[in-house]
Amino acid sequence: MAVDTPLKTASARIGGRTARNGRPGRPRHGRRLGRRLWVKAVVAVLLVVEVYPLVWMFLTSLKSNDDYLNHSTWSLPTHWEWSNYSAAWTTGHIGLYVRNSLLAVLPSLALILLLGAAAGFALQIMVWKGRSLTLLLFLAGIMVPSQMILLPLFTVYFQAGLSGTLWPLILTYTGTGLPLTVFMMATYYKSVPRELFEAATIDGAGILRAFWSISLPVVRNAVLTVGLVQFFFLWNDLLIALTFTNDQDLRTIQVGLLNFTGDFGATQYGPLFAAICINVFGTLLVYLFLNQKVMKGLTGGAVKG
Amino acid sequence: MHRVLGDRRAVAVLLGPALLVYSLIMLVPMLWSLGYAFTKGNTIDGFTGNGVANFSRLLTDPAVHQALWFTLKYAVVVTVGQVAAGYLLALLYVFFLKKASALVRTLVFFPVVLPTVAVGLLFQKFFQVAPQTGPVNSLLNAVGIESVDWFGSAGHAFWVLIIMDIWRSMGFYAVLLFAGLVDIPDEVLESARLDGASGLRLIRHIVLPLSLPVLMSSVIFSVNGTLKVFDSLVALTGGGPGNSTTPLTLYMFQTSFTYSDYGYGSTIALLLTVVCLMVTLVVFRVSRRDLTKG
Repeated sequence: MAVDTPLKTASARIGGRTARNGRPGRPRHGRRLGRRLWVKAVVAVLLVVEVYPLVWMFLTSLKSNDDYLNHSTWSLPTHWEWSNYSAAWTTGHIGLYVRNSLLAVLPSLALILLLGAAAGFALQIMVWKGRSLTLLLFLAGIMVPSQMILLPLFTVYFQAGLSGTLWPLILTYTGTGLPLTVFMMATYYKSVPRELFEAATIDGAGILRAFWSISLPVVRNAVLTVGLVQFFFLWNDLLIALTFTNDQDLRTIQVGLLNFTGDFGATQYGPLFAAICINVFGTLLVYLFLNQKVMKGLTGGAVKG
Repeated sequence: MHRVLGDRRAVAVLLGPALLVYSLIMLVPMLWSLGYAFTKGNTIDGFTGNGVANFSRLLTDPAVHQALWFTLKYAVVVTVGQVAAGYLLALLYVFFLKKASALVRTLVFFPVVLPTVAVGLLFQKFFQVAPQTGPVNSLLNAVGIESVDWFGSAGHAFWVLIIMDIWRSMGFYAVLLFAGLVDIPDEVLESARLDGASGLRLIRHIVLPLSLPVLMSSVIFSVNGTLKVFDSLVALTGGGPGNSTTPLTLYMFQTSFTYSDYGYGSTIALLLTVVCLMVTLVVFRVSRRDLTKG
């Protein structure tokens, strides 16, 4: 296994640091050494289990069909077939599917963040009767499964003549993304003191202006975090995309990937793995740069939701 | 001052659009779907009233029983697996890796963000037996065990699904629970150690009760997600072999779109919603009671 060595050294480094952080001046060195080795082994196994499937997938995406079928699954590609990627992108239509996904996800994301931040502001900073009840109304949307709204929406979109466009996706994504976003934004606004806006309005700014030019910059970190969380939810969605994209040219990347084998003929393994890789490494790239924010955002949404 | 922050027109401008979109896309369809449950037909052919026929069919339909049983079995096994694996990892991070755990945490977390469809297809190939012997079966062969056709029987397919979902999400629960564990004050642990508690006793009597709230919110979150399982399952097994790994979500989808029966589909969606609400309520009640006891 190619990954074995770097992983082991990485875990050895972690183990080394642990040892230094360990409690000094305790007896029974033998037992502590044993424990350290045990921890190292656990971490090494853990990392292999988490990372190896992806390494295997990447190596397989570079194999030719013959290579894939006739050589051991552990082997490296005999030829590095980078053409699998261009085949997946053009002949396999992954390029088109990525474009569709972007066209559906980005507008929804912008709408979710704008409407969600405004609603969070109105529910948390502003003072009016019935706001906690309204917040509860939004909360109900987090629990109810999407299956409950698919069929009526399908009827509406069909009768409005929206089938055959990406609008059903954009509208549905915006609606389903709002509950969690409103709730998270309201929670973030809790830590912003009302006095900030009172001072601003004394200086002559209207409340709408205070929302736009004072509150948004203050919570921009939160907006980015919520945006990341929603991006992953929408990008990885299958159920809604599968329901509303009847046209082959409208498929998002997830729907396209699910049908990839069918379109391509079941024998083209290299391009299939290349398509999976394109899908996986796209989100992985976002995660590599922003992982702390992603982790905080996703787990934060869970505790509060 | 509350005159400005209580400006009704501003509230309407800020909250109005979100409330409108949310109502039109979610609240109205939910009620509408309730109405569909009493009809027969679909968008293209039109709907006709059907009384409570869908509900009596729901009670006797063996496929619904199968799907409901599978949904509950899956939710229980995966919830226990996810939260337990996450808790063990969180303990590893806090008590063994300590400050060095950031890198491991980040690495173990990352499958969470991967598209479930891609992960499903990856695991399908990883466990496959033909046309190529996948890594798992190769490993079995290497230690002298015959290849297993993982997707040929319901039992095996179920376990691959479980393994995949735990693989995908244990890092998530680890980080969630880690946040709960680091909140335990050092003085509490230190005084327990001075009193002679260590190892398993320390975890059972001090750490576990103190991290119970975050443990319970993990369970609620996990149950809520696993009852709605769809993407990973569709990509991995497609509900098969037969309909042995078909949960309510997929059965609803097939009824509505493969068999064009929106009325019955809505009835199944309603059952799913009721199950989600009831299970969440039960877990919530149980966690409340346990909290006052602990």
